[in-house]
Amino acid sequence: MRRAASRPGVTLPAGAIVAAAAAAWLVLWLGNDPFFDWLVYGALGFGTGTRLGDAVHFFLYDSVKIVLLLSGVIFVIGVLRSFVSVERTRAVLGGRRQGAGNVLAAFLGVATPFCSCSAVPVFIGFVSAGVPLGVTLSFLIASPLVDVVTITLLLGLFGWQVAAIYVAAGLTLAIVAGLLLGRMNLERWVEPFVFETHVAQAADPSKGLTWAERFRIGQDEVLDILRRIWPFLLVGIGLGAAIHGWLPEAFFARWAGPDQPLAVPFAVLLGVPLYANVAGVLPLIEALHAKGLAIGTLLAFMMAVVALSLPETILLRRVLKPRLIALFIAVVASGILLLGLGLNALAPAILGGIA
Amino acid sequence: MTLKVLGPGCANCKRLEANVRKAVDQLGLDVTIEKVEDYPTILGYGVQSTPALVRDDTVIVSGRVPSPRQIAEMLATG
Repeated sequence: MRRAASRPGVTLPAGAIVAAAAAAWLVLWLGNDPFFDWLVYGALGFGTGTRLGDAVHFFLYDSVKIVLLLSGVIFVIGVLRSFVSVERTRAVLGGRRQGAGNVLAAFLGVATPFCSCSAVPVFIGFVSAGVPLGVTLSFLIASPLVDVVTITLLLGLFGWQVAAIYVAAGLTLAIVAGLLLGRMNLERWVEPFVFETHVAQAADPSKGLTWAERFRIGQDEVLDILRRIWPFLLVGIGLGAAIHGWLPEAFFARWAGPDQPLAVPFAVLLGVPLYANVAGVLPLIEALHAKGLAIGTLLAFMMAVVALSLPETILLRRVLKPRLIALFIAVVASGILLLGLGLNALAPAILGGIA
Repeated sequence: MTLKVLGPGCANCKRLEANVRKAVDQLGLDVTIEKVEDYPTILGYGVQSTPALVRDDTVIVSGRVPSPRQIAEMLATG
């Protein structure tokens, strides 16, 4: 196999390489727990059930698990997203009405490959193509909020129930906030040059790619994201392991438990100006949750961190007047607050044992 | 040949510019590399997903950061 691959002129088909990578992934995934059981408790001689042994095991096992999960999910999503593009999304949303348009925009915000630094060109492109302001805002809220890395980390650390609740809450927030802002007729608070900008017709980057190129896009995406987030991830999981091992049970239940109404506003106020890497924050938050921090408070904090941030606001100032930015932040932050309080109230009923 | 890197100056735009410079050095090309940070001009090329790379007024990359090798291949083939 190796000889065939390295022989000049012979290249394996992309599909075969992907299949081999998937098989290797599965072996690592299934072997992760037994391997570290053997390494930590066997070869390294830590006692089972000791604080240090469990913390070391937790750190190694969780790091590998999260990296594997991220690689797999980002690759698959990256390949799927190569079929979507901002250009295609804009064409779909152009001329849509409020309402159905907001729902569609929120879902497309999740599906469209998009870096937060493109927020301004996308905003100009959408608005000048006749996409209503509120529908454009639904797209821009959903995109960073319901993001692949965040969802994958929630999936790996909290399980699918919490991940599903987060996705549903994020989409609802994007739809409702876009609808509300759209109803307010805020076009006069958009910088006038936006309506005058001529957007040239460009080739759609999602068209005319071969499968090998799409796999390549998925692979680039995995390497790019992992290269950026691994230090945050390791520090987050490390601190999480320490908290799991040494902080007393129910440490946070007293002042940040589900029955503390002030915890959610505090979490949102803390999260809005904060611009942190999800990969570092989520493992930490998972550990805090295990010590009694309520799930709604925690998801509200997460949402405030990713949906609203100072750098993004500064970028948006190029196209939105301060009045509209203030309204945007107020509407999104209130939405997050309500979602956090609602989830805290409902979590025991929905999640049963986990919350 | 003129190359233009389109983007408002975010991290990805800087990475694309660096990769383009590496690719140009590898190929030993004599080209001018310009940075375009102005939104109306960027959108004038039809680019909504930044960063983007424009060669002689044709968009050849948009919305991603290819490696120096990938960029070198694009520049060499066309």
